[in-house]
Amino acid sequence: MTDLSEFEAAVSSPHVPNDELDSDEVNALIESVSPSRLALRRFMRHRVAMASLVVFTLIAIWIILAPITARYGEIEILAPFNGKRGLNSPGAKAWFGTDQLNRDLYSRIIWGGRVSMFIGLTVALFASVIGTLVGAVAGYRGGIIDDMLMRTTDLFLAFPTLVLLLVIRNLFDQLTWLNWLVGDLKSIRFIIVLLVALSWMSVARIVRGTVLSLKEREFVEASVALGSSAPRIVVRHLIPNAIGPIIVALTTSVVAAIVAESTLAFFGFGIDPVYKTSWGGLLGDSKGQVLTGKWWLLVFPGAVFVITIMCINFIGDALRDAFDPKQGQARR
Amino acid sequence: MSDTLRESVEGPVTDAVFEIRDLRIHFPTMNGDVQAVRGVDLSVHKGEMLAVVGESGSGKSVTFLGVMGLLPPSTVITGSAKLGETELIGASSKTVRRVRGHKIAMIFQDPLSALNPVQRIGPQIVEMIRSHDPMSKAAAESKSVELLDLVGIPQPSARAKQYPHEFSGGMRQRVMIAMAIANDPEVLIADEPTTALDVTVQAQILEVIQRIQHELHTAVVLITHDLGVVARVADQVQVMYAGRSAERADVMTLFKDPTHPYTVGLLKSLPRSGQERLTPIIGTPPNMLRPPSGCAFRPRCEFATDVCAVDLPELRPFHNSQTACIRVEEIDLEPVL
Amino acid sequence: MTNAPGVPVISVDDLVKHFTVKSSFGLRSIRHTVQAVSGVSFDVFAGQTLGLVGESGSGKTTVGRCLLRLIEPTAGSIKFQGQELIGLGRAEMRELRKELQIVFQDPYASLDPKMTVGASIAEPLKIQKVAGDHDKRVGELLELVGLAPDHARRFPHEFSGGQRQRVGIARALALKPALIVLDEPVSALDVSIQAGVVNLLEDLQAEMDLSYVFIAHDLSVVRHISDTIAVMYLGKLMEIGPAETIYLTPAHPYTQALLSAVPEPDPELERQRHRVVLQGDVPSPINPPSGCRFRTRCPKAQDICAEEEPLLIDRGQGHPVACHFAEVMPEILAV
Repeated sequence: MTDLSEFEAAVSSPHVPNDELDSDEVNALIESVSPSRLALRRFMRHRVAMASLVVFTLIAIWIILAPITARYGEIEILAPFNGKRGLNSPGAKAWFGTDQLNRDLYSRIIWGGRVSMFIGLTVALFASVIGTLVGAVAGYRGGIIDDMLMRTTDLFLAFPTLVLLLVIRNLFDQLTWLNWLVGDLKSIRFIIVLLVALSWMSVARIVRGTVLSLKEREFVEASVALGSSAPRIVVRHLIPNAIGPIIVALTTSVVAAIVAESTLAFFGFGIDPVYKTSWGGLLGDSKGQVLTGKWWLLVFPGAVFVITIMCINFIGDALRDAFDPKQGQARR
Repeated sequence: MSDTLRESVEGPVTDAVFEIRDLRIHFPTMNGDVQAVRGVDLSVHKGEMLAVVGESGSGKSVTFLGVMGLLPPSTVITGSAKLGETELIGASSKTVRRVRGHKIAMIFQDPLSALNPVQRIGPQIVEMIRSHDPMSKAAAESKSVELLDLVGIPQPSARAKQYPHEFSGGMRQRVMIAMAIANDPEVLIADEPTTALDVTVQAQILEVIQRIQHELHTAVVLITHDLGVVARVADQVQVMYAGRSAERADVMTLFKDPTHPYTVGLLKSLPRSGQERLTPIIGTPPNMLRPPSGCAFRPRCEFATDVCAVDLPELRPFHNSQTACIRVEEIDLEPVL
Repeated sequence: MTNAPGVPVISVDDLVKHFTVKSSFGLRSIRHTVQAVSGVSFDVFAGQTLGLVGESGSGKTTVGRCLLRLIEPTAGSIKFQGQELIGLGRAEMRELRKELQIVFQDPYASLDPKMTVGASIAEPLKIQKVAGDHDKRVGELLELVGLAPDHARRFPHEFSGGQRQRVGIARALALKPALIVLDEPVSALDVSIQAGVVNLLEDLQAEMDLSYVFIAHDLSVVRHISDTIAVMYLGKLMEIGPAETIYLTPAHPYTQALLSAVPEPDPELERQRHRVVLQGDVPSPINPPSGCRFRTRCPKAQDICAEEEPLLIDRGQGHPVACHFAEVMPEILAV
């Protein structure tokens, strides 16, 4: 903290008033803090979110370093042990037990995590970028673009997610001209495109809402008065000031994407299970097995899945608070 | 001098109805403690209008929000605020609820935020009345119509059936005043009641408040930054700066014989006829996270010396007023009027 | 920026702005027309200030926005140095935006909170692609408004209201405009700070030969800074004339009531003054009164006021007044 005594001494001697405007001297001695830095500080005060961030980072590292952390290959079938050719309970050889094909669950959780997280993050990223651009333009421009956006999103929001997922999945498969984009039906690329196609809309709605209120603010009017073009206003003023809700929408999208992918995989509509797996796939594999006592097939993947999602949610909550604090800087 | 003038100069000879002693309020924030109020003494008498004047950071609103218990729970309030014999600082929530809205009422700058937009005006006033005074609904309804009439709303029984959005800003303010005086409070605190209103409407509202002061003998605390309003309606004036009192005097004395450099600065900064150039007070209002030591006005005061940095100045009698300037005897404060 | 002598910087002729508002009742929807501005005319000359006063619903803010075409006028003419603005294409209007700038009322909302103050001031230079060293110019502008050049890298939330307003003024000056519309530029500031900003505005006007349209409701500040004052009520001009004349000898009943309502910081005067207190509320601009719009609250209203709208002409007081019974009333003189 800066030493203020120097300043006090300077002020206490009698001085002749002059016309020089002295700005708030205390402000001058405090370092310049950007709004983003302020938001960061606010975020760091949320203990649960900070803890979640730590946990999530650990999980992420655990997953990213799969070649090191996983004990076996992704689809590696282990030789029978303990007298069984599959469904071994947790033990020294397989920490979390094995599945029907005697594949190590612990390692598959790690490898599967890679797939799920990759899908989650990629979908969130693309959905946010597309959603932000469309939402910002729709919000600022209004008119037909806005109407079209709103009606389309309304339509999609009217259906249950799973139904939508399956219908669009089918659609994308049927439209052969889309193949260059989506690839094979059971590929990761397909899932990503499918989920982006359905997720960008909620981001767009959020951004549109924020932009609607922002565009009435005087600093936007000021920019117009200076001769600013609409694209400039959207990019320079509206989107930076909407960064709070955008980031929150982003974290929500990650969760939504992971859950959606898991849902698809659970029902067998996900990635080709022969070569890869995901958390949803693992959860799907546990179908029916729990009742016959093979609890580890559900508990371990389920626990990791739930913990990760909760962490992301807590972080998202704290981010929302960080960017839209309750108390403002009221001076009057 | 007219009779009303004489009375307002000499003041009514009764004990204080509401008295604040050494009130201190600070808010813990991310960057430290905001010391909004740093030791304020204040008193109001029956039938008197005290104007509390200050700019941003003066603490004028916070003082009364604190007394009324309207600040967030993390606020730290010490000192004493007595309504008659009842102590309000640190009082139980039961006491506060009993007193608030009944013996001491507050109206704010924005009447819309105080009114329920989905409920008609009549029932809102009735609710107000019956929460402090159990009477039949019919009796409360007729009283509410009387109140609307008292504050000058035309066709009160018809308008009582209307919603807040059907009233103009000035009318809403009158409704808020009606609600505030519903239970015949001893003290009415008006926090910048006319700042958001047009100047012609402001004149009407000030008339209403004055009428209440004179007819119901309510003690009124008028929080404002507008010295013109003070000149028009106030009996006594207390000037606040940086969370403390700078000066207290009756209205005539304050304008004719100010005893604090801040008051002089304020009066000088107002536009007057024939002026070539306005005279601002140099500098900016202080940062209440780290107020200057000693007299908070010193960085902006042309008379400040080393002596001003030492102690927090207290109000003391000088001429016809009370002042917190320790150098007032030595300096030459030119009168503005 | 150089002006032909005698040609007003801004010449407004019969400006009209009507807003259509739709309100729906179930399946039906009714269109209302808000007559915000209904035929306003005035001239502003180089180096002069026009004070535009009025209360809420008067239309003064709308007039200010129309001058810059931030709101598109419905009808009428706005000429900048003789050139008609209404109907001008986008590209040409952008050129002219260099000459017409605006300073807003709310110092907290008029600056982008995510941009440094320097970036906000430099924005006009960037948009209009002005050549030269922008950083240097920003530094000069900051000094011009009484702030330090190294404040450029700070953010708006680090400044007080008065300082932010100065930043807003610096931004408005960046392109060396001929006219600045000031929309209640000091209303949100502390009284002791207002004086400093007003002084600054006057100094800048003298130095740079700027014209101002000063929109405000605080009549004492308007009187101090204006050369001419125009009084608006419900979208029309009631009276327009030299500042001192309007202030000392107003001839329109509304102006008289307005001045009478303004509290003066002089307790003796205040308690002895004769006051005109208007009754009732401002009528709705959707359905303004026929004839003279002020007649519903006017102490002098007669039958003719409802039948015939009084024209804004000189009725013997030396300046245009829109009242059938225009008369200077000595007992209502403001100080």
